Amino acid sequence: MNGIHDMGGMHGMGPIQFEKDEPVFHAPWEGRSFVLNLAVAAWNKWNIDARRYQIELIPPADYLRMSYYERWTERLVQLLLKSGVVTKEEIKNGRAAPGSPKATPPLTADKVHGVFGSAGPASRAAPVTPRFKVGQRVHTRNINPTGHTRLPRYARGKLGTVYLDHGVYVFPDTNAHFLGEKPQHVYSVRFAARELWGEQAAPQDSVYVDMWDDYLEPA
Amino acid sequence: MSTTRRDFLTSAMTAAGAAATSTLSHPEDSEHHREHQAVPSDLSLRVKSLESLLVEKGLVDRSALDALVDTYEHKVGPRNGAKVIAHAWVDPAYKSRLLADATNTIAEFGYGGKQGEHIVVVENTAKVHNLIVCTLCSCYPWSVLGLPPVWYKSAPYRSRAVIEPRGVLREFGLELAEDVEVRVWDSTAELRYLVLPERPSGTENLSEEQLAALITRDAMVGVAKVASPEMGGKP
Repeated sequence: MNGIHDMGGMHGMGPIQFEKDEPVFHAPWEGRSFVLNLAVAAWNKWNIDARRYQIELIPPADYLRMSYYERWTERLVQLLLKSGVVTKEEIKNGRAAPGSPKATPPLTADKVHGVFGSAGPASRAAPVTPRFKVGQRVHTRNINPTGHTRLPRYARGKLGTVYLDHGVYVFPDTNAHFLGEKPQHVYSVRFAARELWGEQAAPQDSVYVDMWDDYLEPA
Repeated sequence: MSTTRRDFLTSAMTAAGAAATSTLSHPEDSEHHREHQAVPSDLSLRVKSLESLLVEKGLVDRSALDALVDTYEHKVGPRNGAKVIAHAWVDPAYKSRLLADATNTIAEFGYGGKQGEHIVVVENTAKVHNLIVCTLCSCYPWSVLGLPPVWYKSAPYRSRAVIEPRGVLREFGLELAEDVEVRVWDSTAELRYLVLPERPSGTENLSEEQLAALITRDAMVGVAKVASPEMGGKP
């Protein structure tokens, strides 16, 4: 979707603000929100693409106002509600509805190291033939789906060169909507900075964007 | 930044009932307060309430949550990446393997797992400077750098790194010569990028451990160079 999350090339966001000796979490609630997201993900009720899409659905003004982990909190609540795991009433009260069943958490402390060490990779062994080869000139498609996509606006309808073939990966545009993994090749495509931004960019600079097969057409 | 924009943002935020976006410019010390302490005061309560609900329903285990917080606060972080880079500096064979197949080469150190499943290492030289960004969200190589800093996830960095990388680097104090080629890597897929910075001069006699101590998170994201030790921390 053409949402506020797709920020590449936007103006007006102000200077970069760095903080010396920044802590991992700025308040305990940030850490709790972060790990709640990870722990609930162990139920596999949704995938990483659905999680990203849920953040993109936050209205633009709210998205900009919210801090990072506030978005993560909002996303988790929405996914829990959507999947029917909790009810609005339960979220409001912070208590389980009387008589509701009690589950057994899949993720226990003894498994945390294991989970950390065995994350679910997004690559697939499926024998999919690449449509493009390294060094080939490609055109990115000009698509504007209202659903999830990882083709940023600034890189649509542009001319680039395949730099690397990363192998076969799950396709987010379908996976986010539970429409199948549609495994396909992902390439690193090099775009001259001037192709993307015009004469204002330095002639030798470039931007490399990871692109799924479905985003590309032969040039 | 123009006064008009500042006023607009201030009133917009007041109207929204919350301070704290990352877009206002202010002295470094107060910045973090605005961004992190001025969040709606009920957020901490909201997360507490959500946690107790999920624990009560048996959806999460509290000790697993504690273990996860401990992992991300203490066990992963840029020290992991620094060890990999220092080793690549002293062992040319390791370095070529790292550039050819980073995921498996990094795994030799025991670093892998979440957001480190597919890593690509890109090398800085005297003529090429690499910079990593995720314009769409906040993709970052957790297994070697830990969780990303706020600036990396912020609107200014995400919007500007692809369109004016040299200006962004200047704000980090890094002025690149005109003839240097800048390559920006936008992490739009599940590949995670790590910069192999240039080894600074004057480090020929340092041990691998001493080298690792020089290597910063910022250098591995590409917003800084590794400082030579005799330069007192300035590249």
